[in-house]
Amino acid sequence: METSAKISLRNLDFFYGKAHALKDINLDIPAHQVTAFIGPSGCGKSTLLRTLNRMYDLYPGQRAEGQILLDGKDILDKATDLNKLRARIGMVFQKPTPFPMSIYNNIAFGIKLYESPTRSEMDDRVEWALKKAALWDEVKDKLGESGYSLSGGQQQRLCIARGIAVKPEVLLLDEPASSLDPISTARIEELIHELKTDYTIIIVTHSMQQAARVSDYTAYMYLGEMMEFDKTDVIFTNPSKKETEDYITGKFG
Amino acid sequence: MKNSLSEQRSERFALQDTLFINATRLFTFIVFALLLSIIISLIIGSLLSIKAFGFPFITSAVWNPVTQKFGALVPVVGTLVTSIIALLIGVPISFGIALFLTELSPNWLKRPLGIAIELLAGIPSIIYGMWGLFVFAPFFGDNIEPWLIDKLGPLPGIGFLFQGAPMGIGVLTAGLILAIMVIPFISAVMRDVFEIVPPLLKESAYGLGATTWEVVRHIVLPYARIGVVGSILLGLGRAMGETMAVTFVIGNSDDLSSSLLMPGNTISSTLANEFTEATRPLYLSALTELGLILFFITFIVLAISKLLLLQLGKQEGLES
Amino acid sequence: MFTIYNRRRLLNYFNLSASALAMLTGLLALGWILWTLLSFGFHGLSLNVFTQNTPPPGNSGGLLNAIVGSILMTVIGTLIGTPIGIMAGTYLAEFGQRGWLAPVTRFINDILLSAPSIIIGLFVYEVYVATSKHFSGWAGAFALALLVIPVVVRTTEDTLALIPDTLREAAAALGAPRWKIVTLVTWRAAKAGMMTGILLAVARISGETAPLLFTALNNQFWSSDMNAPMANLPVVIFQMAMSPYDDWHHLAWAGALLITGTVLILSIIARFLFKKEKISF
Repeated sequence: METSAKISLRNLDFFYGKAHALKDINLDIPAHQVTAFIGPSGCGKSTLLRTLNRMYDLYPGQRAEGQILLDGKDILDKATDLNKLRARIGMVFQKPTPFPMSIYNNIAFGIKLYESPTRSEMDDRVEWALKKAALWDEVKDKLGESGYSLSGGQQQRLCIARGIAVKPEVLLLDEPASSLDPISTARIEELIHELKTDYTIIIVTHSMQQAARVSDYTAYMYLGEMMEFDKTDVIFTNPSKKETEDYITGKFG
Repeated sequence: MKNSLSEQRSERFALQDTLFINATRLFTFIVFALLLSIIISLIIGSLLSIKAFGFPFITSAVWNPVTQKFGALVPVVGTLVTSIIALLIGVPISFGIALFLTELSPNWLKRPLGIAIELLAGIPSIIYGMWGLFVFAPFFGDNIEPWLIDKLGPLPGIGFLFQGAPMGIGVLTAGLILAIMVIPFISAVMRDVFEIVPPLLKESAYGLGATTWEVVRHIVLPYARIGVVGSILLGLGRAMGETMAVTFVIGNSDDLSSSLLMPGNTISSTLANEFTEATRPLYLSALTELGLILFFITFIVLAISKLLLLQLGKQEGLES
Repeated sequence: MFTIYNRRRLLNYFNLSASALAMLTGLLALGWILWTLLSFGFHGLSLNVFTQNTPPPGNSGGLLNAIVGSILMTVIGTLIGTPIGIMAGTYLAEFGQRGWLAPVTRFINDILLSAPSIIIGLFVYEVYVATSKHFSGWAGAFALALLVIPVVVRTTEDTLALIPDTLREAAAALGAPRWKIVTLVTWRAAKAGMMTGILLAVARISGETAPLLFTALNNQFWSSDMNAPMANLPVVIFQMAMSPYDDWHHLAWAGALLITGTVLILSIIARFLFKKEKISF
């Protein structure tokens, strides 16, 4: 592969209690590219995404084994500071999750965690993030209103703006468009295109068309195993495994 | 620069997290310790009385502050009898209300009726007491009790329960008012329990041609029986601990009587009436021991009730 | 065959009618009590109730000192009990997944929720009044605080459990520490439900009599000294209602109307709050 790996997974296993959800995953996720995880529901693609910022740590009984190297450092190491790790890796969820506060404060919340900008610096930063997320024009006159006052698509872009406002290195998108209408979906996909120059993006999606449209690399997962990983056009035109081909062509799943 | 700042912040965050989580744990421990403290303090307060009277405290019917001889039998029996009357009357009515709310009521009526029942639960118990003393007891003494004495008094077997003069106040009146007070608690839980029954199960029975009553009798009740028992025990726990409503209408007599129409006493009414007047240590200690007995009984009843309702929740969790 | 069917139908009608009758009985009891309260209460209500202190036996007067005492103890009891309840409820909902403390405390709290309130009074008497050697407003406020705690613990936990995990995850994904997630995001999202719990707790304690009988006791005169016995509406009503004087009975009913009105209004506001919250989700 011509680009360097931002995240490398080495012999990664994951358990929900006794259930073995990810089996011996090995993968190099290239920097400044969009990588898509696809596969039938229950294949472990969302689980894999949630190991990358150790979100599972919030819940007792879930554990990961193996190595996840972020810029060469193992984040599964006990000494890893989870808050700082998560500040470096942003995440956007299936359903919009605006915080119960104003649009402005939704963005400022994350920035204030690790920085102490002045009021005007903060204003600039909020504007920058909202512009990045292509939401600025729609909300610039009502920054004081509740995040819940926005439409579903706007809320999701607010969440993306919130995620990029803290300037993470990696952006994890967990089916970010699955609860949105086609127009909002198209805007989010455009956004992903624009963001990849600055961020390494990993997207989980159940829509193969979406994976084909937005990603540079695609990983096909099945029953907790990594079946195939390659450039997206290779996966979609000339997969090396029959299972991948069956899934892509809709014979199964 | 950004890095060193975030380094400091994240160290502080870790410390603040530990502090916050341990603070919530500490307050949780306070709630946990509350129960133990109540039990221990009541036991310490009762020591004098426990040493003086021993176990026969519970079986002795003497309650005499002048001679300093105390026994718990009258208030304990009074607590049990009033609570049993409350359940005998309150449970069927609560069942009827829960049945009406879940199976019969048109949808637009469900909400207002539910609110009405909650209103009944929201009225402070002292209001029940005043209503009982000034309105219900005179009405009951003038209109119902003479009839009870007349018709039921001479009957063999149960006649002894209905002897004496129609005074209005007494054990039966206290039980009736308690019945009204526990209705909202029992019927609210019963309604919730009935609503857990899967509609498909009921529809299958209706599909066989069963009547509404048969569906309730053979499907809803068996399915929800644990919850129904739990709701009744919850009502029992409430009835036994209720103080003000009973104190107003029970008549506050320390004599044991077999007639339900005669005045009596419950543990809580004895406490409410006599505690601030008790000046001598042994008297106070005997009253505290009464409180200990009350707490012990209600604790067991409420614990069983809670366990039953929990079990229902688990069973539901498995099946859904 | 036909007769069996008829018997079944008859039984059905009979039992369903009984059920409707039960509903009617409940409504009748409610109506009777409320009617009594309103007619006697308004009859006893006058300006004096709010401007004069409780009278000596046989005289007329008002309830001013009792109203003030009740408000004072209710407010202080709520201020003490609410933080404890919120913190404990937060532990149960957010941090108590592991270990024995959360399940055991949850169970104990549910029992405290239904435990006889007179026992709470007895407890505060044993640990506070008996050691400080005098009845006091503080003792009354402590007893009320102990009644507030289980209500607030329960509603806090229940409301926090309704907040979707993704909201917590979204805050965690930005690198927020747990305490910021809870205080800035989860509590804020649960605000309406938690307020409802506090209001319900206030409604409950403003009508409670039994725990005040031997903690705050009563005081015929004006007093805002929390270290002295303190007049309060429920105990004053109790003593007046049990007295032989007609004047006092009127005052007692006026007080009863005030208490019940307060309790019901608080419950209605609480219900309104909770309804609004459901829409916002």
